[in-house]
Amino acid sequence: MDNEELEIELLLEAMLEKYGYDFRGYARASLTRRIHKGLEDTGYSRISELIPEIIYNNEFFKRFVRNLSIHVTEMFRDPLFFQTLRDNVVPYLKTFPFVKIWSAGVSTGEEVYSLAILLKEEGLYDNCKIYATDFSDIVLAKAKKGIYPAELIQKSTRNYQTAGGRKSFGDYYYAEYDSAIFDSSLRENIVFANHNIATDSVFGEMNLILCRNVLIYFDSNLQNRVLQLFFDSLRANGFLCLGSKETIDFSEVKDHFVNLTQGQKIYQKKRK
Amino acid sequence: MEHCYKAVVVGVSAGGFKALRVLLSSLHATLPAPIIIVQHRMASSDNYLVTYLDNHCPHTVKEAEEKECIEEGVIYIAPADYHLLVEKDKTFSLSVDELVCFARPSVDVLFETAAAAYKDTLVAIILTGANSDGSAGIQKVKNHGGLTITQNPDTAESPVMPLAAIATKSVDFMLELEDIPLFLMDLLEGKHDIPD
Repeated sequence: MDNEELEIELLLEAMLEKYGYDFRGYARASLTRRIHKGLEDTGYSRISELIPEIIYNNEFFKRFVRNLSIHVTEMFRDPLFFQTLRDNVVPYLKTFPFVKIWSAGVSTGEEVYSLAILLKEEGLYDNCKIYATDFSDIVLAKAKKGIYPAELIQKSTRNYQTAGGRKSFGDYYYAEYDSAIFDSSLRENIVFANHNIATDSVFGEMNLILCRNVLIYFDSNLQNRVLQLFFDSLRANGFLCLGSKETIDFSEVKDHFVNLTQGQKIYQKKRK
Repeated sequence: MEHCYKAVVVGVSAGGFKALRVLLSSLHATLPAPIIIVQHRMASSDNYLVTYLDNHCPHTVKEAEEKECIEEGVIYIAPADYHLLVEKDKTFSLSVDELVCFARPSVDVLFETAAAAYKDTLVAIILTGANSDGSAGIQKVKNHGGLTITQNPDTAESPVMPLAAIATKSVDFMLELEDIPLFLMDLLEGKHDIPD
């Protein structure tokens, strides 16, 4: 083990022991990059120098942990995914009187607002409860606000149109200075809550789980744990949506799902 | 002492399509290392680049996959709109972290993580490109004892990326594109006497 690896091990140990945040199962290369970024902001030169700050300075820790978790994305990322969700999953969900959806690792909320827009347009929103969870209270507070920088809008508008949006994307937000503020009716049925998929357990039985581009940050063991958690949280015939480069093929739950469509990572839980 | 190189990373942007074809089509049949490539491209681009290169190169060219074991003799291309990272156990990771130098995939991200994984057994090559991505990465490669090469900016389709790399003073060799494949093969086959 080289010195840097040792320093990272000790840092992760400190965060776990002191605050209960467990990053030991994260893919190391990108975690290391993020830790270095956090280090650059402090003026320290060694990762081990962060450890006393982590232990004694709660505010520092909160900022540091937020930087480990933010995954900035645009809305309707991978438009074809949303198109498939609209065409192949929504008709199925419409057969239920009430639909429970979990958006896991929601970060600053772009994905869950995209989903809310889609559900509104399909007339399904009023029958839904959407749980939007993340382990960082700071990003959850941001997600709750639904305010995004204007430069996000151009790309998101293109995505929205490609994804088969039925209205004008501008109907869902109003612009103020350099920000786009999303319509509060989009979050009426969204519950923002702190939940850590790396350590916490099942809290409900879902019809649909979205967790895209989160598993790529985990090592195989943690991926397996999380996929098992998703399996346990889905009702029979419920859907699990992963990112375009993620797969359940190498996990223990693989045989309990069928791939709904070619090309998209939308899996349906088998009945038995 | 003979220096043994175990992996090659390549960063390329504008003009890369032709440059990669030249680089990859002239390699020997036996390639004793993996070649891992970041080519800047549109987030929405399809797999045409990979398919094209696979058809025009004697080795397997494929998109790098999450958790895939890196194997010698295979040429890996970073997927569009994801950063490609090398883990110390010589597997790939992907991330959707923020753009680096306006790019995702970013050359810096690949080079920095590959340098940490392969240390002094890494060869890094910067080819044609119109932005400065890769210049931070090439310094990391150098700091870890790896060997660094750029295409000659005077004859590159777009000189900015090679020039930015050269400006870091971390570049060991500046070569014509056509000469890189042979030079690389000699390095990988241990025929070059390069003083440490």
